[in-house]
Amino acid sequence: MIINVQKLNLWYADNHALKDISMDVPRNQITALIGPSGCGKSTFLKTLNRMQDLNPIVRIEGEVWYNGNNIYDPKMDVTDLRKHIGMVFQKANPFPMSIYDNIAYGPRTHGIRARAKLDAIVEKALKDAAIWDEVKDRLRKPALSLSGGQQQRLCIARALAVEPDILLMDEATSALDPISTGRIEELVTQLKKKYTVIMVTHNMQQAVRISDQCAFFLLGELIEYSDTSTLFSTPTDKRTEDYITGRFG
Amino acid sequence: MKMLFFLCGLVSVGFVLCISIYLFVAGIPAFKVIGISDMLFGKVWLPTASTTEPSFGILPFILTSIWGTAGAIMIGVPIGLLTAIYVAKAAPKKVATAIRTSVQLLAGIPSVVYGMIGMVVLVPLIQRTFDLTSGATLMAAIIVLAIMILPSIINVSETALSAVPAEYEEASMALGATKEETWFRVTLPAARSGVATAIVLGIGRAIGEAMAIIMVSGNVANMPGLFKSVRFMTTAIASEMSYAAVGSLHRDALFSIGLVLFLFIMLINLGLKFFIREKKEET
Repeated sequence: MIINVQKLNLWYADNHALKDISMDVPRNQITALIGPSGCGKSTFLKTLNRMQDLNPIVRIEGEVWYNGNNIYDPKMDVTDLRKHIGMVFQKANPFPMSIYDNIAYGPRTHGIRARAKLDAIVEKALKDAAIWDEVKDRLRKPALSLSGGQQQRLCIARALAVEPDILLMDEATSALDPISTGRIEELVTQLKKKYTVIMVTHNMQQAVRISDQCAFFLLGELIEYSDTSTLFSTPTDKRTEDYITGRFG
Repeated sequence: MKMLFFLCGLVSVGFVLCISIYLFVAGIPAFKVIGISDMLFGKVWLPTASTTEPSFGILPFILTSIWGTAGAIMIGVPIGLLTAIYVAKAAPKKVATAIRTSVQLLAGIPSVVYGMIGMVVLVPLIQRTFDLTSGATLMAAIIVLAIMILPSIINVSETALSAVPAEYEEASMALGATKEETWFRVTLPAARSGVATAIVLGIGRAIGEAMAIIMVSGNVANMPGLFKSVRFMTTAIASEMSYAAVGSLHRDALFSIGLVLFLFIMLINLGLKFFIREKKEET
């Protein structure tokens, strides 16, 4: 287990948005979080790298254990945590800089200055994100000149460049066309050899296609969590069954 | 009715044309008589000398204006930018509102008031601190100008910084950057054309100012030095126009200074257009 969540509760001001979530996330697997809009799956994902800290009205109780540390321990170094738990967002958000500078941003932030070392990191990250061949001749061009699908893979490469353990993906393909989506799904299945991936998706077929574990959220509660094949073939909870058979959502 | 609107529109166009043409017509004769290089690069300004040959070098004014503006920018830009970052990103709402309101008030203070306060507070302070015979120096003018350009720098760059999409900042934080690293390495570069516009506006304001600095700079036609009394292009015109005899070379030379100042400001405005165009292409 790489992440162990215990009794996590989250409030947006008075709105109790996550209720007593407890779950284990296994290493080197793809864990999908599914559920209808507003069920708390994205909210939950953002608690795992403490991005919720940026929202002043959020209050969190409970524990999230990672590498033997509770990340909500007041002594936790949040910047170091985020170095180990990377994130890819719903909307591709490359910086308005060159492709190279986008990838080098994380390593530079963490103190790597040597040109040769940065070059190597950039190349490796772009290769890992399966976009090297498309951009290797234009590393100095603005990242915003790439297509939407390329931008999202660039963002994955940017997250990989700081060598995280875990990659959080928040509906990372929802704004992309089917071909780009397919490429990213293929990429994610490759990534699990080296990384643990936790992904939020509103697309149940996507969860079936690529995830190993699947968690179903509804109204801030974790309803059911098991192997993806089990969850989709023999769900134990009536609400899960109703959702995956398309009776609501 | 449409005609009325058109005529109103013509008013400003007409005035700009009249002023430009007049400045050239009135500014060129002195250059012809004195010689362009003797005037632009001459270091001595003695337009009314009677015992010796009068001298019309305006280099002291040009350099003082450049030095004064550069100094004001060097002080005003860091303070203004840091204020803008604080107001746009870090300050609690109430503090941000308080700072914004004071910056607007600062922009509304007439320049003669800046001059007055500079004269009674800043000039004696500089005189005492640096043990000078007079505190009315280039340094006093630089400080007054630096304060005067703060509103343009803060307002324009704050707008640009606030317009940077939150997604950029989130991406940076998610990579393990601190808030401060994010502001300086992502937000500020993303807002660079707006920040450049703010700086150019500040330069324009500083180089065109006359009233506030005439009161604190000593108004002597020296080559510029931080602790010397100096005279700017603007203050030279303002202080001498009233006694330069009509039709004299002295008066013509003052118009030439006006022409040089005008060209400087045209250049700055061209720079501004360039930055605004670059901004449009980025989006």
